[in-house]
Amino acid sequence: MSEIEVGRNILEANQSMADRFRRRFAEQGVKVLNLISSPGAGKTSILEQTLKRLDGRLGCAVIEGDIQTDEDAQRVAACGVPAVQIQTQGACHLDGPMISEALEALDLASLDLLIIENVGNLVCPVDFDLGEDMKVAVLSVTEGDDKPSKYPALFRAAGVLLVNKIDLLPYIDCDLDRIHDTCRTFNPKQKVFDISCRTGEGLKDWVAWLESWVRG
Amino acid sequence: MHELSIAQSLLGIVLQEAARHGVSRVTKVAVKIGALASVVPSSLTFSFDLIKEGTAAAEAVLEIEQVPAMGVCHACGAEMDMSGLVAACPACGSRDIELSSGQELYVDHIEAE
Repeated sequence: MSEIEVGRNILEANQSMADRFRRRFAEQGVKVLNLISSPGAGKTSILEQTLKRLDGRLGCAVIEGDIQTDEDAQRVAACGVPAVQIQTQGACHLDGPMISEALEALDLASLDLLIIENVGNLVCPVDFDLGEDMKVAVLSVTEGDDKPSKYPALFRAAGVLLVNKIDLLPYIDCDLDRIHDTCRTFNPKQKVFDISCRTGEGLKDWVAWLESWVRG
Repeated sequence: MHELSIAQSLLGIVLQEAARHGVSRVTKVAVKIGALASVVPSSLTFSFDLIKEGTAAAEAVLEIEQVPAMGVCHACGAEMDMSGLVAACPACGSRDIELSSGQELYVDHIEAE
């Protein structure tokens, strides 16, 4: 009987891929966001609205993660931006090997900003580093103001929180202040934008912040 | 939700270490999992037991130590439980607190013959 000290991160294979991507992104001068939310929170609508408002001022590309279909990549491509669809065939999150394959289809040198839209899921994507500079959490008000405290990992890790569908606030019982307070407790440095893709409210501020962050 | 893929990574590391140290039968795998790591111990054990069959770890027992979510206050140095929502240091009220443990996900050691 012998005891062997190991001390190895179980996700080390994914982590070393992510570290490689991060170096490559930095060398090519590309800023990378990992967009995470539950299904239906509005990630793709936010992408459409953001790309429309950026109006070609930044070189953008999108990697779309979905369990099935390429509908989201088609919606993004319709904005005139290169979009690569990853179909995970059931997997609940994107990981290093999937990103590696998607990157082969992109010309990083021509980009300022790469946005990775993760599979709709508030839990699993948080554990898998994709080499991004920042995680962006999206929470729609219809999901309820208790979600940040129920799914703390994402709201703790995200550098930016986009609270979407605020045009629906008059019709539902959702306390926007509770969302803000919980997230501020988890992460006092988090940037928060309350937005509506339907009315356009708040999008100007978010896009202005994004543009200066990418150029900064 | 992705315990099976975590179990596969875990088994890969265990088999690599067994081969590297020239042991043919792993009897125990000790892992540390933080309370905030979003990994369910029973699901990980279930997945690990499914995939270990036919390998050098076929008889290995998975021993999971859960690491509590703890924080430290940068202002006064107090340690605190971070498993719930903690807005400020319970000792001095400072908001300058940081997570010090709870996100671990690693293989600590294995026992083998």
